[in-house]
Amino acid sequence: MYAFAVNGKHVQVDVLPDTPLLWVLRDSLNLTGTKFGCGIAMCGACTVHIDGAATRSCITPVASAVGKKVTTIEAVGNGKPGKAVQKAWTELDVPQCGYCQSGQIMGAAALLAKNPKPTDADINAAMSGNICRCGTYNRIRAAIHRAAGAKGA
Amino acid sequence: MSKLFEINTDHSRRRFLQASAVIGGGLAIGVYLPVASRFAQAAGPKPPFAPNAWIRIGTDNIVTVIVDKSEMGQGVYTSLPMLIAEELDADWSKLRMEPAPAAPEYRHPWFGVQATGGSTSVRSMWQPLREAGAAARAMLVAAAAATWNVDAGALKTTMSTVIGPNGRKATYGQLATQAAALPVPKEVQLKDPKNFKIIGQSIKRLDTPDKVNGRAKFGIDAKLPGLLTAVVARAPVVGGTVVRFNADKAKAIPGVKMVLPVKGPVSEGVAVLADDFWAAKQGRDALEIQWNHGAKAALSTASMQQDMRQLADSGTDGLIARKEGDIAAAKPAKTVEAVYEVPYLAHATMEPMNCTAWVKPGGVEVWVGTQAQGSDQFGAAQIAGVKLEQVKINTLLLGGGFGRRFAPDFLVEAVQLSKAAAAPVKVIYTREDDTRAYYYRPMATCKITGGLDKHGKPVSLHARMVCDSLAEGTGMEASIIKDRIDHTSVEGLNNLPYAVPNLQMEWLKYSPGVRTWFWRSVGNTQNIFFAESFIDEMAHEAGKDPVAFRRGLLAKQPRHKAVLELAAAKASWGRVLPAGRAHGIALAESFGSWVAEVAEVSLENGKPRVHRVVVAADVGTVVNPDTVVAQLESAVVFGLSAALFGKITFKDGQVEQSNFHDYPVLRINEMPKIEVHLVKSAQAPGGVGEPGTPPIAPAVVNALFALTGKRIRSLPIVI
Repeated sequence: MYAFAVNGKHVQVDVLPDTPLLWVLRDSLNLTGTKFGCGIAMCGACTVHIDGAATRSCITPVASAVGKKVTTIEAVGNGKPGKAVQKAWTELDVPQCGYCQSGQIMGAAALLAKNPKPTDADINAAMSGNICRCGTYNRIRAAIHRAAGAKGA
Repeated sequence: MSKLFEINTDHSRRRFLQASAVIGGGLAIGVYLPVASRFAQAAGPKPPFAPNAWIRIGTDNIVTVIVDKSEMGQGVYTSLPMLIAEELDADWSKLRMEPAPAAPEYRHPWFGVQATGGSTSVRSMWQPLREAGAAARAMLVAAAAATWNVDAGALKTTMSTVIGPNGRKATYGQLATQAAALPVPKEVQLKDPKNFKIIGQSIKRLDTPDKVNGRAKFGIDAKLPGLLTAVVARAPVVGGTVVRFNADKAKAIPGVKMVLPVKGPVSEGVAVLADDFWAAKQGRDALEIQWNHGAKAALSTASMQQDMRQLADSGTDGLIARKEGDIAAAKPAKTVEAVYEVPYLAHATMEPMNCTAWVKPGGVEVWVGTQAQGSDQFGAAQIAGVKLEQVKINTLLLGGGFGRRFAPDFLVEAVQLSKAAAAPVKVIYTREDDTRAYYYRPMATCKITGGLDKHGKPVSLHARMVCDSLAEGTGMEASIIKDRIDHTSVEGLNNLPYAVPNLQMEWLKYSPGVRTWFWRSVGNTQNIFFAESFIDEMAHEAGKDPVAFRRGLLAKQPRHKAVLELAAAKASWGRVLPAGRAHGIALAESFGSWVAEVAEVSLENGKPRVHRVVVAADVGTVVNPDTVVAQLESAVVFGLSAALFGKITFKDGQVEQSNFHDYPVLRINEMPKIEVHLVKSAQAPGGVGEPGTPPIAPAVVNALFALTGKRIRSLPIVI
């Protein structure tokens, strides 16, 4: 049995010990907003926050989340950076297919939480682990700046 | 390859035309029956006004638009409702959309089978959806006219409301019940485009809110009580078979419920079914399988490449796709010759392939992100042994399509396994499974020989294209293969727009046994690379500027010429760039749209770096400008990933790539600036999902030539 907090709620799950947090969220807790993309932390679709830090849940064993606070796309809007990011994403119509966007938003929200005015280089460093096959990168960049209030769009 | 889905397209087309005669020539009340009766209770109460297969209006004044095309990022869940809302004068804020089920009313008007692809959604629905909206509006107006005892001609509509004399008003919701009882108009009058209020506006996408808060449901998100997840071990060599397997270790893993053989359209394998994905994957990885690798055990990219080069260079006659004049009589002053090559490519959608199926007594229900509801329904019925109307397809969002979700493999496995397990089953491909599941953009080689006269004018061009037929084995042969030539193998070269008096375009089919498939912009991806690289080589040999050279050959091609000139002007073609940078240009017409792209490149640590791409596009009438811009940007990135990184290779019959570390795609730190400029046009809409992809690879390669003097003739680019 593994116990931790997800989106402010205490949860307990009984799964195989090496089960990645991603599949606990999706299959055990029915939080399907977090996506499976590659399984090897190469695409970022599975990004969640663990105690505020952007983390690839596909390679994070559930055991390492015990006692910690996990936040997913379903609740990231409860925090100020997450809310600003979602708003900017909506205003610029960033998503196309949308599948990678949960991970992109989680990455962007974590970036803004520790760096409220990121430069383009900061954005590259924080977001280059998140693949978008629709190629929405320029809108992602513009939306992060917009959420930071650094630039009007 | 076995033919999985035998679709009689002629028959389907005929049936569609009968249906569209009803829809186009006069709306029939009661055509709305999109759900097979077995599942009809899921559709909810019938609204009072459902004049056709596309529109429902309730007494609550909500307009629901049924969209029969799949949303894979291209924006159809917004752009298609816009077409109806425009003619209906609907209040956009009170409009909802609903994905269509698989049903005869939703057959693609051009394909004859329900599907999304070929950048055809807006193009093919432009007329019927506006007519559907106009007909519904006319009936609502007639209902108000009868109620108020006034002439219908005196009434106006706006924001889902009919407005009459003396300030009388009635909402569509208030009129819905009366409208439903009225006869359908025989003819409808469509708006003059100058009166459009919605078409031509950048309307916010209806799917965005759910895509930023985690609520959007993709195929992989399907949930059902008692659902088993299946992960499949597929034959590592194309055409390989299972000799025997031992499932003891797999079955020992907690959560694993069953181990079953499965036979997909390309690969056979062994499936592990478990309570959740992780147990299924652990089980799959624990299987001990003895494979028979079969006839393709020695297949290698090196040998295929050699075969294809030899064939291109041989005296073997190809099938002639286009012939003008006589290439032998051209007598050029100078001859240019080049051989180009491109590899197999995977689609690498962000959402790996998956499908959920439930074969239950009396029918099948499927939850899937698919581009092919029509053939999916047919395939599921065939496998489960039920009638077509007993298969209900629930279309969920597609985490990328690019042609890949037109393929049947994931559906076939899910339906087979659900039938065998007597339980609902969700098949999920791991990224490695997805990368290695075939359905690749064809590998291709092309030899082109061109002749220039003493003034540097082209007098001849002879192309010998070597690649597989992707249409063979799809069930779509009748519409794609004409006179033995697979159109997808030659498109992009056989329609070369430049004035060259002596032309011969030949196709030499080479079939090594790898399943090839539609990949964003299809044959244009390779053939435009060949054509636009070669035209650039000819320009260089003629001692002419690449833009001026092309322009001189486009006197009879005004739409090509216009985008070429617009791209050149917006990129300030010819201006001196910072040291170490150069421009390259390429041009293509595909899917009914014209696109020219200028790439600005440099070398960084010996690798190409694309800084800026200027796109000029003529896509006819623009329905949702922001979506069109987004699609062109997206198409550039997709083509750029392939040009810089994309290759699927074989060794000992096995695919060498597996995941994003060895099948890389463009990332945010590698992104160029992209500027899109649209030509103002009153022509009918062209496609927008694909036409931006073909020009980018040749534009980059041509820029690298301008920069380095080195001609890249093989993709992905290696300097």
